[in-house]
Amino acid sequence: MTKVNAVIIGSGNIGTDLMYKLLRSEWIAPRVMAGIDPESEGLARARTHGLVTTDTGVEGLLPLLELKNIRVAFDATSAYAHPENSRKLTERGVRVVDLTPAAIGPYCVPALNLERQLHRDTMNVNMVTCGGQATIPMVAAVSSVQPVAYAEIVATVASRSAGPGTRNNIDEFTRTTAGAVEKVGGAKRGKAIIILNPAEPPLIMRDTIHCLTEGEPDVAAITASVERMIREVQRYVPGYRLKNGPVFDGKRVTTYIEVEGLGDYLPKYAGNLDIMTAAACRAGEIIAEQITGGAR
Amino acid sequence: MSTRHRLLLHEMSLRDGMHPKRHQIPLERMVQVAGALDEAGVPLVEVTHGDGLGGASINYGFPAHSDEEYLRAVCSRVKRTRISALLLPGIGTVDDLRMAADCGVQCIRVATHCTEADVSRQHIGLARQLNLDTVGFLMMAHRSPPEALVEQALLMESYGAGTVYVTDSAGYMLPQDVTTRVGLLRARLSPETEVGFHGHHNLAMGVANSLAAMEAGANRIDGSCAGLGAGAGNTPLEVLVAVLSRMGVEHGIDLYKLMDVAEDLIVPMMDTPVRIDRDALILGYAGVYSSFLLFAQRAAAKYGLSSRDILVELGRRNTVGGQEDMIEDVALDMAAAAR
Repeated sequence: MTKVNAVIIGSGNIGTDLMYKLLRSEWIAPRVMAGIDPESEGLARARTHGLVTTDTGVEGLLPLLELKNIRVAFDATSAYAHPENSRKLTERGVRVVDLTPAAIGPYCVPALNLERQLHRDTMNVNMVTCGGQATIPMVAAVSSVQPVAYAEIVATVASRSAGPGTRNNIDEFTRTTAGAVEKVGGAKRGKAIIILNPAEPPLIMRDTIHCLTEGEPDVAAITASVERMIREVQRYVPGYRLKNGPVFDGKRVTTYIEVEGLGDYLPKYAGNLDIMTAAACRAGEIIAEQITGGAR
Repeated sequence: MSTRHRLLLHEMSLRDGMHPKRHQIPLERMVQVAGALDEAGVPLVEVTHGDGLGGASINYGFPAHSDEEYLRAVCSRVKRTRISALLLPGIGTVDDLRMAADCGVQCIRVATHCTEADVSRQHIGLARQLNLDTVGFLMMAHRSPPEALVEQALLMESYGAGTVYVTDSAGYMLPQDVTTRVGLLRARLSPETEVGFHGHHNLAMGVANSLAAMEAGANRIDGSCAGLGAGAGNTPLEVLVAVLSRMGVEHGIDLYKLMDVAEDLIVPMMDTPVRIDRDALILGYAGVYSSFLLFAQRAAAKYGLSSRDILVELGRRNTVGGQEDMIEDVALDMAAAAR
């Protein structure tokens, strides 16, 4: 039985949480973690789980690619660093799953378009943003019933779960999420808002998804579609819950979502990280399946 | 009060005042008010959607006109008055900031919750680079003890903010709260950096808190004609100006002209009186973001609840500025619990 070997770039919250999910995967084996801080907790944890680590970033990683037969890379660094990381990896034949909002490859939301986006020749696929992973399925649940003229999502995350990447990149978050609300969610126009809340104890990630339908909303069909989509996302994020709604108010359809994480690395309130790493893990598994030709 | 920096009064009715107007101030009226404030010698006037650049949304309300339409119209009308725009990272982006600068805005105020200053780096940096009067705006400042607040202010200063504000978004602070926070910022920020205070009148502390802020070293003070602003409104500017005149403080504004703007232009614009009703009072009492007021009243009417109960629950859940989406969510929870 052979798993496809993978590398994780970035030893922060996302990279470390992802490692735990990949360690449980039937398709992927994480072999290397690359960071830039020799003291980082993520690298220390990676070593205890038998991964080879480097603290010199992608440069330190390149010599290991062939040695460890790495076929898939997960980049959990930043939107600024990602394009260069991706170039170095893809030119060496490694397929890249992008967990930053850089979005140089096609957007991927597993509940919606995983198989469609992941052609065998797609070398880079983008996981949108945490807010996008949590909200776009709800936009699609409405747009699959009838045309959505405008969709707007509000993602509220606990301050503690927003690392420096998100904080330095907050505009990239709103831009990338809004773009994917249109391209993947199927809204004609999209907008995204992110709020950080420092409450203690930290709040569980929550999202509000507003859609304006073109015609009068079909209450029964949309309600059923939302419930179906919740179950679809729960297949890879068990803590994904419909908190309230759908609320119908004229042409406005609003759903209120809560995302509780599995608590692999960070506490359960950080559902924003969990849904990102769970989605990236799913995308990586599909790539691994393609690489091995569906047989192990 | 600081001897280094001159007092600068900043008028809010065309930005914070957009909240009680549900962002529907007609373009002509906005231009007329800005022109009258210019005539009265008001040095700085803020014009934006109530929730800042990019605030046009289902969540906060769609305005009668875009930020760009308002800003172009107002900037081309005023002669001496400078125009500012507010920006909340997470809602507005650097693209909005560039647009505002292109319209002729000379001052950008980048607002974050009082513990989240590090999301403002991109925006403060760009405003500084564009050579704009760059202000960091620490909202809901009552939620941070002074020592923590000053760390956030230092971050904004390090990104390039020339002024940092203590912003009492909930109208919760008492003069002593203002004194300790403003005093510590004044002591710890560079002497070149200005310190500001933005008040809400929910506990009728607008003027008293502004004086406390000046006493502790703030030199930029926000107010609004007739108090037009979220909750029970902002510090009523014509009242503050009258008090400053009595104290012999130089402010550069024509008091009678300002009183006339308040009485003849602003009060007739009000859809309902901006006053300390029980909901506005509960904002100040429970420390809740002032612009939640109308949303809570609408949710209360829709779901058969008390708006006061909704606001108290929003306070209990530690909601921050921008979480207007929580209001219907909370109302649904409360309505379900009542059944």
